[in-house]
Amino acid sequence: MHPEAIAESHFSSPEVQRHAARLGMWAFLATEILLFAGLFVGYMEYRSLYHESFVQGGKHLDAVLATIETAVLITGSFAVAMAHHYTLTDRNGRAAVGLLIGAATGIAFLALHGVEYVTHFREGALPGKYYTFPEIRTAGASMFFTVYFLLTGLHSLHVLAGTGVLVGLAVLAARGTFSHQNYSAVENGGLYWHLVDLIWIFLYPLLYLIS
Amino acid sequence: MNEFLRRVLFLPEQASSLARQVDQLHYFVIITTLVMSTAVGLTALFFFVRFRRRSATQTTRHLQPPVWVEALFIAVPLGFFLAWVYRGYHDFLLLTTPPSNSMDVYVMAKQWMWKFSYPDGPNSAGVLRVPANRPVRLLLTSRDVIHSFFVPAFRIKRDALPGRYTETWFEALEPGHYPVYCAEFCGTNHSNMLAEVVVMRPEEFDSWLVEQRRGRVAQQDGSQTPDEDLSALTNPVRQGEQLAVRYGCFKCHTVDGSPHIGPTWLDLYLRREALEGGGTVIADETYMTESMMDPLAKVVRGFNPVMPSFKGRLSGPEAAAIVEFIKSLRSEPLEQARSRRPVYEPIRR
Amino acid sequence: MSLSAAEAAPPTRNYLNAETTLRSWLLTTDHKRIGVMYLVMILISLFVGGMFALLLRFELLTPGPTYIDAITYNRFFTLHGIIMVWFFLIPSIPSVFGNFFLPIMLGARDVAFPRLNLASVYIYVIGAAFTLGAMIHGGADTGWTFYTPYSSTTATTVTPVLLGIFILGFSTILTGINFIVTVHTMRGPGQTWMRLPLFVWAIYGTSIIQVLATPVLGLTLLLLFVEHAFNFGLFDPARGGDPLLFQHLFWFYSHPAVYIMILPGMGVISETVSCFARKNILSYKAVAYSSLGIAFVGFFTWGHHMFVSGQSNFDSGAFGVLSMFVAIFTSIKVFTWVGTMYGGAITFKTPFAYICGFLFFLVFGGMTGIAVATISLDVHWHDTYFVVAHFHFIMVGAALMAFLAGLHYWFPKMFGRSYPEGWGLVAASLIILGFNATFIPQFLLGNMGMPRRYYNYPEKFQTLHVASSAGATLLFFGFLIIFIYLVLALKYGQPAGDNPWGSRGFEWNTSSPPLPHNFEKAPVFDREPHDYTTPVLEVSHAS
Repeated sequence: MHPEAIAESHFSSPEVQRHAARLGMWAFLATEILLFAGLFVGYMEYRSLYHESFVQGGKHLDAVLATIETAVLITGSFAVAMAHHYTLTDRNGRAAVGLLIGAATGIAFLALHGVEYVTHFREGALPGKYYTFPEIRTAGASMFFTVYFLLTGLHSLHVLAGTGVLVGLAVLAARGTFSHQNYSAVENGGLYWHLVDLIWIFLYPLLYLIS
Repeated sequence: MNEFLRRVLFLPEQASSLARQVDQLHYFVIITTLVMSTAVGLTALFFFVRFRRRSATQTTRHLQPPVWVEALFIAVPLGFFLAWVYRGYHDFLLLTTPPSNSMDVYVMAKQWMWKFSYPDGPNSAGVLRVPANRPVRLLLTSRDVIHSFFVPAFRIKRDALPGRYTETWFEALEPGHYPVYCAEFCGTNHSNMLAEVVVMRPEEFDSWLVEQRRGRVAQQDGSQTPDEDLSALTNPVRQGEQLAVRYGCFKCHTVDGSPHIGPTWLDLYLRREALEGGGTVIADETYMTESMMDPLAKVVRGFNPVMPSFKGRLSGPEAAAIVEFIKSLRSEPLEQARSRRPVYEPIRR
Repeated sequence: MSLSAAEAAPPTRNYLNAETTLRSWLLTTDHKRIGVMYLVMILISLFVGGMFALLLRFELLTPGPTYIDAITYNRFFTLHGIIMVWFFLIPSIPSVFGNFFLPIMLGARDVAFPRLNLASVYIYVIGAAFTLGAMIHGGADTGWTFYTPYSSTTATTVTPVLLGIFILGFSTILTGINFIVTVHTMRGPGQTWMRLPLFVWAIYGTSIIQVLATPVLGLTLLLLFVEHAFNFGLFDPARGGDPLLFQHLFWFYSHPAVYIMILPGMGVISETVSCFARKNILSYKAVAYSSLGIAFVGFFTWGHHMFVSGQSNFDSGAFGVLSMFVAIFTSIKVFTWVGTMYGGAITFKTPFAYICGFLFFLVFGGMTGIAVATISLDVHWHDTYFVVAHFHFIMVGAALMAFLAGLHYWFPKMFGRSYPEGWGLVAASLIILGFNATFIPQFLLGNMGMPRRYYNYPEKFQTLHVASSAGATLLFFGFLIIFIYLVLALKYGQPAGDNPWGSRGFEWNTSSPPLPHNFEKAPVFDREPHDYTTPVLEVSHAS
């Protein structure tokens, strides 16, 4: 399948088609940013209301694990960027490898994050009515974990989706689909992955680093 | 003129000190609205007649208005709108800033009724009695969902939120009965959540208040001084403490953390207790009430099953008051880290 | 558009009859067929939402219980609001006329992403299915605004409703993305931004709002679902949560949403006023830029829904001032439309009747909007029938009139047939009259202090309620008449020529109905839109 080798009949040229696909993806990324924005607002409000609990909660999270997760995601983004470069130079094999590395980092991130979640489940550091964590009893203690689970949960869902996209692209690359005339899918899929990474770059300091 | 416009626009009586002022802006805005929409409609109609199509192939000139005309049609409406919001904000500040000599009344909204209580008693449901010509500040809160306290005749409205206090105020001009509506959808009987403000002449109100308080004291047997008893009536924590004294709870429970015959009450609320015979329980309202009524059902590990039952001896409200008292016993860290709400600010100035 | 590229006599083959299998409709990527499918779906939604409204107004004929109980009443007004806002008004003009005419006005063969367009249709259907399912199971009783903590604690079926709207949001977002990309990348040769028809500018501004605001709604509904199902406490004061956070998040979307509902209608009015006054739009740039202005400033005014909620006085003041600024863009447009009639050559056809209704209702409704933005006055009016009357003036009086204007204007183009003009004017009069009779009493009810969402009410409000219910019945008959003659016109109407109105809109340079791929030859754009300085012949019969 060579979706871009022949321009769709309603576009005036392949270049216009690529431009349209890119613009469409940027518009979609804007919606994702607005989706997370509301949760960031909630974080800011509750942090200012329950400063002490948020400080203690932040200290309690595993910053070391989170730093590893950050490194993992950034590595993945680099691999995806390289994959895009390789499609531009007609090297589908290397592109597939880059995409698969990206997908693997996605899975690694989810696994590490899962470890964090399991720890919290065991301790009872859970949202709302499930909160039974004895070490932090200050007012609004459960709210920190509510915000934490909502932010990281929504983000993890997007990491999962992004991983799926990368796997799909890797399969296409393995079949030799892409070329310097047909690379939009990798470029736009890569854009999506970079956004997922970017959101984590904001979450990481807000949840794990500030105190 | 004011009365004529008020009636034409179906506005209720102007029964509060600010109502007339609020209505003046109302008249200005609404009359301009009516004039402008009629003007636009008539202009369109006039143009339709004057510029109707006279032939099938008629053409028209390409018209472009000069910039100053466009600027005028932007600046003039904007000027009106900003003037209105300026006056509106000014009046809004008046509506939301109670005078420093206001009398406070607590308003508790719950599905589906309004309860009122004065700081030193009494309490009532459904009827708020206030004196005329004295400012009254209402401190609103809700037991469950968001409600809204709306008195059309006073032109006031303010949402009652769970977990915090909001405030509004009014000064009623004339004795009378003024309906109160709930103005935020709160469930099945939202439209039946009605109440009434009964404005009394100041002397009548004062003597009514004294009568009410005297009546309460007469119902109690005994020895408490009026002041102590009254505050206990409306302050469940203090009432709970007095009941705990009266019923001998402190023979076995301490309030300072030291272990005794029974578990200490300090930080008891929401503490996870291990039970005799296995399992745990969170010491919430249900558990504490159950312990008073059926103390041998869940005994905390390490303590003997010697607590007597208070079933039939403690009434429902009394047990609730003791629970409130226990809830108030928290050690330092929690006090320091207390969330900044509920907010109750003393009247400024 | 060069007249030499105009199509000749209407061909017998058009987008409707080129293929007639069910499969060719269900799997179509033709933006015109998609527009027609949306038309059928939103008209069904209008009917269902309208039925709920009538049922409500019947209950309100008496102060006490009339024929249903309180919970049923509360469910009815909730579903009325949800269906009308999300399933009718928001998709109405963009998904029907935007889909049908945007590519044609740009000289394109289709939108940028035709398959995505089809997906949007099916997403709408799935969202509607969930909401329908919820209705059958009793439906939510929270009001379309879902305020917490009531919505997170009520026992009624909130979850499927939330899911339905959440899914529908994707339909809106994808349509918005599609239109933005189409306008940017698929304009024909010679078509600069300043040569775009004003309808395109309106759709473009609407699409920007759709893309930026709808995700916030998605998040808010998601959080509400989590709160309702798992009680995480995000909005629950007992766990430290803040119910006002929900309100801020909800209105951050829902205020721009009302501009999604009115802006496309303004685009329709620009097109029709220009055509029926046979004159250029008075200040093209002002109208074009004001569409963007509304989109931008509209995002900063949400707190005017929360003046008595317990937010700070400073917030209230700021939102009040910002609300005044967003109103300026509308007054620019009104000035332009009325000014367009000056020096025109006006013919009073059904679309023009709706334009007149639109102008009166937009000014009246819009200025009552200014009135409720005047903070001290809103203390009295908030959550009363005054606000209900205000937003119905805009949503029904203005937006729905604009939809009807567009429907009558473009009916001959979409279906190749004319509707009966006499009946059109009768129905328009009935609707304008019925609308006034329904909603003017509601302004007065609000002034008296009648709160909204009230199942029972004190007796003194009854007279005005009866008047309003009578008006609603009149309104219903007006719609019924329109529905009947339009359906009959599909089969028995006079064949309409390519340009029965003598319009200079670019879309009239195709056949009626258009060809499957819109044009034989790609059109070239060498003139301004809405240009009536040269004669145009009305061609009302196929020659």
